[in-house]
Amino acid sequence: MSLSDILSLLRISLHAMVPITLTAVGEIIGETAGLFNIGLEGALLLSAFAGAIGAEFGGPIVGLLVGMVVGAGLGLLFSVINTYWKGTQMITGIGINLFAVGLVAFGLIKLGAPGFHDVPKVAELAKLQTPIGAVSPMIFVALIVPFIAYWFLKRTRAGLILKAVGEAPEAADVAGININLVRLLATTFGGALAGLGGAYMSVCWIGSVTKDISAGRGFIALATVVFSGLNPLLALLGGFIFGFFQSLATWIKTLPSKPIPWQFVEMLPYIVTLLVVSGVIGRVRFPKELGKPYKRE
Amino acid sequence: MSSEVTKSSSRLWRATGRTLTGLTPVLESVLAGVVGLLVGALLMWIWGYDPWKAYMAMFRGAYGDSYGLASSAARGVPLILTALTFSICMRAGMFNIGAEGQLYVGALAAVTVGYFTLPSGLHIIAGMIFAMIAGAVWSLVPAILKLTRGVSEVISTIMFNWIGRFLAFYMVAFILVDPLRGEKTISIPMSARFPILVRGTDLSYSLFAAIFFAVVMYFLLWHTAMGYEVRASGLNPAAARYGGIKSKRTMLMSFILGGLGAGLAGATVVMGNPPTYAVISGLPQLMNVGFDGMAVAMVGRNHPIGIIIAALFFGGLTAGGRVMQFYGSNPVPLEMVRIVMGAIVLAMSIPELFRMFPAIKKQGATLFDLLRRLTNRGSKEERSA
Repeated sequence: MSLSDILSLLRISLHAMVPITLTAVGEIIGETAGLFNIGLEGALLLSAFAGAIGAEFGGPIVGLLVGMVVGAGLGLLFSVINTYWKGTQMITGIGINLFAVGLVAFGLIKLGAPGFHDVPKVAELAKLQTPIGAVSPMIFVALIVPFIAYWFLKRTRAGLILKAVGEAPEAADVAGININLVRLLATTFGGALAGLGGAYMSVCWIGSVTKDISAGRGFIALATVVFSGLNPLLALLGGFIFGFFQSLATWIKTLPSKPIPWQFVEMLPYIVTLLVVSGVIGRVRFPKELGKPYKRE
Repeated sequence: MSSEVTKSSSRLWRATGRTLTGLTPVLESVLAGVVGLLVGALLMWIWGYDPWKAYMAMFRGAYGDSYGLASSAARGVPLILTALTFSICMRAGMFNIGAEGQLYVGALAAVTVGYFTLPSGLHIIAGMIFAMIAGAVWSLVPAILKLTRGVSEVISTIMFNWIGRFLAFYMVAFILVDPLRGEKTISIPMSARFPILVRGTDLSYSLFAAIFFAVVMYFLLWHTAMGYEVRASGLNPAAARYGGIKSKRTMLMSFILGGLGAGLAGATVVMGNPPTYAVISGLPQLMNVGFDGMAVAMVGRNHPIGIIIAALFFGGLTAGGRVMQFYGSNPVPLEMVRIVMGAIVLAMSIPELFRMFPAIKKQGATLFDLLRRLTNRGSKEERSA
């Protein structure tokens, strides 16, 4: 393996890290407030699609913003159902995922070719030249966001309120905090970050939209959250690990000698996710009221 | 005499009220179905389709004639089984999203019966057993990970879906491949195919396999001690543990039962669906059957009988959707069906959506009370009762 190989591996890893880290940080914010959103896979998928369309109309920045808005919209839908309407979080998440799969497949047909849509080069975000090669500026966003989230959760009053809402909603309610509103804001923000990650995939990274562009990344992000124990900085590390194994898979696939059938290479990120998650669980503690709707007595 | 009338009519009212309360879950499912169809209609309208025509084509295609009904039932068969997979674990208080992957490995295992010969009936049974064992094994790993390492079954089953998918791609391409046609596996031999039930349609005797499995699950869950334990640990895990129920055993049991169902679903797809009787590269017949099963399970209220009815409905959506996508000058793509399914599941997750039913009942009762007072025929005991 030569130096250029290592550099390209690093570059692909960093690119693959972005959607997972952004989604995971968003989910950390939501889970800290007590909502478990498995609909993030759907949010990634739908915002990748919407972001691509936005980018074609108004350029890459508009695309990313459209992705964020769509992700935030799905987060808002999820949180309204699960705060004010006392819904079942898992089922809402499953519904959002099914809905997004249908909507994107449908939308791709409307755009012409079923199952595939190319994002024109002009609509893609320009890459930055760095010592390790041309990289997307979004990588720096993904590197900074976890630190801001960490600072927010550990150092600000709002972060403390978020934690209180997840751990002891009754106490927070008595202290005059609007539980449902806080949860709603947290999950909507989480959805917006997932939306940014989704739009990044189509606008900055892959350059096309397919029916399964999210490829389980939303769930891998959930696994990253478990790995991180709700610490955004560890989510950055986790995102990099999963990104690395994805890029390793891509790299092995391009090897001319084909040491392993590609199908097994493709399994790699998922197997690693399982191994990592089963390795860390037990030392991680989640908010007490995670996944339960808050009802006043 | 007049008081007699009031008494009997009041009894009638109460009986109606009781029936209504008993029917609430059914009404909830129906309402969710309506909401889902309305969301679909709205989206179709936004995209410039005619929702009324599309739905007419869809429902006529699904239930309009015997061919449509048989196709709907044929689409519903695997859905019954994958829905049961989700429901059994849901009843035990867990979210098993792994039916999709278990279905894939089940279908692959069923294909292996093509490598040996057996008498016709035995061959079918062998295929079903292979598929069920494969599904159960695929389901067992997440269950064990949960029991020993505490890994959330949501994450592990989804990872196993992806692993199962690529395993299926590999098996179709290299191991079970048809030597003459590289894009599919070897075909199931005649002796291991489910006979066709309605001539000229896709509906085979696999329908009875699915219904039989559903009935067995109903019996297991509601008429055996084990089923009681499964349901109790789902309703209140702490109380169940306190009552001496071994939660680990029920957990393992529900995952195994679920895996058997999903595996069997894979067998019904490859052994019961003409014309290929094989797994095709890219898994077009298998894709999403496991996920759609979750929607069926929710609309069927996680009850085997409800699931059979809901599977007929969702099977009808798919079968009718295939008619819809070729109907008229501006046909609606089949993908609309999945949008409707997602909207139905979303609607199912909102309990507040259904709060209006007790409200309607309460208003009805007040209205009745008012009428009674106006006519001044109700006796005092009755009013106090």
